[in-house]
Amino acid sequence: MARFLLRRLLFALLLVVTVSSSALLLTRLAPGDVTTELGPRARPEEIARTRERFDLNRSPVAQLGGWALRAVRFDFGDSFLYNRPVGGLIRRAAGNTAVLAVAALAIATLAGIPLGIVTGSRRGALAGTIRTVSLVCLSIPPLLTSLLLLFIASRTGWLPTGGMTSVEAVDAGWSAWMLDVARHLPLPALALALPLAATFERLQSQAMTETIHQPFVVAALARGVTWRQLLLDHAWRVSLRSMCAIYGLAIGALLSGSFVVEYVTAWPGLGRLMYEALRARDIYLVAGCAAMGGVFLAFGSLVSDLLLFAADPRVREGQTA
Amino acid sequence: MKAAGQALLIAIVLVAVAAPFLAPNSPDRQFDAYLFAPPTRVRVDSGGAYFYPMRIVSRLERRFEEMRDRPVRLQWFRGHLLSSADDQPPLLLLGADSYGRDIFSRLLYGSRASLGLAVLATLAAMLFGAAIGGVAGFAGGTVDEALSRFSDFVLVLPAIYVVLALRAVMPLVLPPAEVFALLVGIFALVGWPVVARGVRGIIASEREREYVTAGRALGAGPVRLLAVHLLPATRGYLATQATLLLPAFILAEATLSYVGLGFPDTVPTWGTMLHDASNVSLVAEAPWMLAPAAAIFLVVLAVNLLVQGSGRSPVQLEP
Repeated sequence: MARFLLRRLLFALLLVVTVSSSALLLTRLAPGDVTTELGPRARPEEIARTRERFDLNRSPVAQLGGWALRAVRFDFGDSFLYNRPVGGLIRRAAGNTAVLAVAALAIATLAGIPLGIVTGSRRGALAGTIRTVSLVCLSIPPLLTSLLLLFIASRTGWLPTGGMTSVEAVDAGWSAWMLDVARHLPLPALALALPLAATFERLQSQAMTETIHQPFVVAALARGVTWRQLLLDHAWRVSLRSMCAIYGLAIGALLSGSFVVEYVTAWPGLGRLMYEALRARDIYLVAGCAAMGGVFLAFGSLVSDLLLFAADPRVREGQTA
Repeated sequence: MKAAGQALLIAIVLVAVAAPFLAPNSPDRQFDAYLFAPPTRVRVDSGGAYFYPMRIVSRLERRFEEMRDRPVRLQWFRGHLLSSADDQPPLLLLGADSYGRDIFSRLLYGSRASLGLAVLATLAAMLFGAAIGGVAGFAGGTVDEALSRFSDFVLVLPAIYVVLALRAVMPLVLPPAEVFALLVGIFALVGWPVVARGVRGIIASEREREYVTAGRALGAGPVRLLAVHLLPATRGYLATQATLLLPAFILAEATLSYVGLGFPDTVPTWGTMLHDASNVSLVAEAPWMLAPAAAIFLVVLAVNLLVQGSGRSPVQLEP
């Protein structure tokens, strides 16, 4: 277990380092730099000062080295766009993205897995309907769900259209602020969750169908285990194994999807910040966002491995990888 | 289900090919009197098809009404499948956008850019993936190790961020043809590892089969063995991958154009049309602006029907 964890941690470290340094180098080597943000009428000394401040006069490798040395001490440089240290900006945005992603993952899991158990183990009108709905949801990617939900929200006025807070809520108390966020959350979370729930449903359904055709199911039935008990106590646990492997991938999908959803619904998360930073060539902000994205990804695959560990006794005992 | 998916895909491709014939208007023509005009209702009587042209009643509320006293006859096969005469009000089957351009025609022309880009990028990704995966699986050893590690690494990254980063570090304003070439390149670069990994696995197991040994005994060189005997074994896998990559690339184009990093606004693609529809309060009153979303949905649905119908798993977690 310890060796396994150590290997995963090493992988995580490698991922974060590679992703953030390639993001930094890419931004540095891209045509144009952050000084274009100063506008065409910026004074030469102002441009020189900005170049100095963002280490643009040093060679790309020296800049990367300097940044890495400071990053080890959790100093990730300054953002030009926000004129603030990158660390705080990233923490805030990552928190917002995490709230969105966790809400979406919860919705997708709570909807997708039970429905998948139903469609995987039953036939008939109900299962058929669920399957059709899920196929439709699978075909509406987050870009379209968020546009569609925004449209519905603006037509009906049920939910606020975009943003994370209203203007009035900023000065209101802490609890009012939380309530306001809770009102803004359902739309982007649903937009992100719908396609994912459909994916979970399809995969759980497949895993379930495969499982109930295995010999141990017949054996259990012959020993008098009821169908219901069999599904919930035995078959579901076995089918969970393939779902655990999917969870790790789901984090990647959530990150990808959250960029679009954050952009469309103006949710102030990591994806939006990364986009702004890339456009402005805000070099340290790009690198910081990339590093945080790497942390999310590594965390996702770690969680997926641990889930697999918990769900499959064979992995636990180290027989198969 | 499979047949339905196939039929839908073929229909979409045919529509894209025949766009200039099917579209009633030029995609770039701006009808100044029809900004945000709602879709035209086509009516049929004994004399053929006709419609009532729209007249703007309130510019502020963008309210239109049909001019019941002035029916316009539609002509069949006058350069287009169905259109109104040039001096007559235009036929706007899906309404008009903020510049008074015909959304239906733009949608048809847009399918050419969106689908063409996705098809080319898919082909390029398959080509790279098959070549690199083939070599890795065939050669084995360190080459295999290095290539597999690299493609595993690329696979972990969320594709849209890689695409976004690669696109954003290029000059932001480019002519449409260069954007097209650039996007094909970027999509292929992001797409090939998926293909390569699967191809590598198939080739590595096929390599041990008797027919390969027989071929080698008969004097076939490694290139011939790989190209003529081994790669055909990956056909089925490649077909599945192509059907999964195609909608992913269509979406990637739509996403990039939506956020303003894809095609310039003047080029009709599904992405730029969605970009035009990014103003929530405008779209609430002109829902026909969301027509390209329906088009993308149809393509993805067709592919999902195809994949589900052939009993393959729909693992398509990337957008």
